[in-house]
Amino acid sequence: MSTNNNNEFPVEFPKGKSPSSPLMAMSRRQLLKRGAAVGSSFLVGGGFVAASTASWAVEVKGLEPQTMAALVQIARDIYPHDRFGDELYAAAVKGHDEKAAEDPAFKQLLEAGVAALNSLAQVRGHPDYLQTGWESDRVDILKTMEASEFFQTIRGGLVVGLYNQPAVWTLLGYEGSSHEHGGYITRGFDDINWV
Amino acid sequence: MTAPFDVNDDSVVVIIGTGAGGGTLANELAQKGISVVALEAGGRHLPQDYLNDEWPSFSQLAWTDMRTTSGDWRVAKDFANLPAWIVKAVGGSTVHWAGASLRLQDHEFRAKTHYGEVDGANLLDWPVTLAELEPYYDKAEDKMGVTRTNGIEGLPGNNNFKVLKAGADKMGYKDCHSGRMAINSVERDGRPACRQLGFCFQGCKMGAKWSTAYTEIPKGELTGNLEVRENAHVLMVNHDDTGKVTGVVYQDADGNQIEQKARVVCVAGNSIESPRILLNSASSMFADGLANSSGQVGKNYMRHMTGSVYGVFEKPVNMYRGTTMAGIITDESRHDPSRGFVGGYEMETLSLGVPFMAAFLNPGGWGREFTAAMDMYENMAGMWLVGEDMPQESNGVTLSDAKDQFGMPVANVHFDDHPNDIAMRNHAYKQGMALYDSVGATQTYPTPPYPSTHNMGTLRMSTDASDGVVNGFGQSHDIANLFVSDGSQFTTGGAENPTLTIVSLAIRQADYIAQQMTEKSI
Ligand SMILES: Cc1cc2nc3c(=O)[nH]c(=O)nc-3n(C[C@H](O)[C@H](O)[C@H](O)COP(=O)(O)OP(=O)(O)OC[C@H]3O[C@@H](n4cnc5c(N)ncnc54)[C@H](O)[C@@H]3O)c2cc1C
Ligand code: SF4
Repeated sequence: MSTNNNNEFPVEFPKGKSPSSPLMAMSRRQLLKRGAAVGSSFLVGGGFVAASTASWAVEVKGLEPQTMAALVQIARDIYPHDRFGDELYAAAVKGHDEKAAEDPAFKQLLEAGVAALNSLAQVRGHPDYLQTGWESDRVDILKTMEASEFFQTIRGGLVVGLYNQPAVWTLLGYEGSSHEHGGYITRGFDDINWV
Repeated sequence: MTAPFDVNDDSVVVIIGTGAGGGTLANELAQKGISVVALEAGGRHLPQDYLNDEWPSFSQLAWTDMRTTSGDWRVAKDFANLPAWIVKAVGGSTVHWAGASLRLQDHEFRAKTHYGEVDGANLLDWPVTLAELEPYYDKAEDKMGVTRTNGIEGLPGNNNFKVLKAGADKMGYKDCHSGRMAINSVERDGRPACRQLGFCFQGCKMGAKWSTAYTEIPKGELTGNLEVRENAHVLMVNHDDTGKVTGVVYQDADGNQIEQKARVVCVAGNSIESPRILLNSASSMFADGLANSSGQVGKNYMRHMTGSVYGVFEKPVNMYRGTTMAGIITDESRHDPSRGFVGGYEMETLSLGVPFMAAFLNPGGWGREFTAAMDMYENMAGMWLVGEDMPQESNGVTLSDAKDQFGMPVANVHFDDHPNDIAMRNHAYKQGMALYDSVGATQTYPTPPYPSTHNMGTLRMSTDASDGVVNGFGQSHDIANLFVSDGSQFTTGGAENPTLTIVSLAIRQADYIAQQMTEKSI
């Protein structure tokens, strides 16, 4: 009998929220003063990860900011949607940082997982996971860890964390709740004419 | 006007569960003037509470108490603690159901006769024939307002249906329409017409779809003969030393354990909980559980051969707009062993929203192949394949080592596919993919079965008391005043969605119980 925790039905289904904090108001220059660029996409500093363009920023409470930046990249590598901005992936993994702030064992799982990915990247001649240039190389690294608790925790969490965001629905062409709009009876339930 | 009955009133009929079977039976008995106490583990949620949002709706309504799984089915790996998608609320799974309402075919009631011996299958003919059930199918279709019966027009076809229909025409399928649906295409029975919300699986906020939650239950309560106790989780059924059942023990919302006395007990907790209750009621007199002299309690679990096919097209489909399952092709539901399997299957339109698509398209899948599919969500059409699976004695519900919040052993659901199920699924995938290809699909995705929505057979009907648990009226062979009133009674599954048959059997069972009570046989 199996009672494993591979179950993809989390008990709670929080709607992903776009990250927002006072950090969001800072310019790239201000953020850079407090941190450094990591890879090509992220600025990382004490307690925050931001886009290299400063278009978004998240506070990091439980994890090392470097680890959080790696998680955002890992999230994209697991479910790569080129139309999705990094902020959607950051929102999808934000819950892990919050949990890590309260649960040392969980923090250890994530820190160790990212450290393992970094060493795997180094063995392959890259500076670390984030600075492994090609997606296919990063995916090869992830595949070697596919069975690990670390990978399954991140991937399983993303199924809801990423795809339950209304901003993602819009990008994928799903219109969501319809009752308040009177359903689709006058809004195109049978509007296709190409068949 | 809800009737309050005393817990020591041993003249009442106690029904466990208020879904398709229990909810219908409760109203039918109440209409006849019989006193009924219906015990429901879940709370009461009505259309104004339903959410057009897949995960929050699932949290609001679905049964998420612990269950375990085993067997070679992929659900045991991907959703180890969620073998089935069942509702825990007044109205049971008729809150989430899609409304597809089909009669079983004549030959499906006599599977053993028509299919012969199938290796590894525990086939049996039903003790009921289609002819016997027809008058009750008539009543059920009228009660539920099934489209294309009783002069009720079909629902308008949505985009997903248009793709299915175009493909059906290309494939030469003859019988394709927008379904026989227990969803109002016009205002009827005090409920409005469907406005194509597209959230049939989340509870119909219009109330256009039939659900016992807001049809049978309140009608029964209006008679003054029915009391529904919600948040009343039944733990076991009690009996006396003559072997008759005498009452039911449940735990209420405040944690009190209460025994409700009963003249008759009807079990309708769906095919996983119903056998679990009987197994958990084992006593020194019935060491293997109640009504289990045949040893068949919990055995022969069926979940229908299922699978889905999603097709991606060059242009948008927006399949999620409108009724979730109003579209069917019935051509493959015939019994035609030349296809390499016995029995048949239906092809029905289906759509999932983005949140559920991500969870169900390819559980565990990741990387570009997965996201390429999700990126084309807007251009997807979807169909569900549902057919007869073989009853196997080794498939079923047993008590697990794990315990629930009440300290009772939970159900372990074991399922291995039968070779006939696999052959049928492969055929169905092939036809489904060919259908979408015929209308220009650029990609097709044969998608594995979801946690079971159709749960059947674990307390099956049989003519002979040694082959099954209940007789043709759902009365247990061993205990005259113990009935089974849900999908657990199914001797075999047929190709059709089960609920219309569950409702028809409940109407028929109400007549039988009333007659037996009048005759003082129970
Ligand atoms: C998403 C979805 C779509 C579906 N679509 C269709 C469709 O289109 N057509 C079709 O024919 N069928 C469909 N079904 C299946 C249909 O809902 C079921 O076949 C039907 O509701 C089963 O009826 P039932 O009486 O056996 O059980 P249910 O309707 O599940 O009712 C069982 C009730 O018993 C209660 N219960 C269980 N244990 C206890 C206990 N110990 N104490 C007290 N109460 C208890 C449960 O909480 C529940 O309310 C669908 C199901 C789902 C989930
Ligand atoms: S599509 Fe029709 S039946 Fe389904 S939820 Fe909307 S109104 Fe109800």
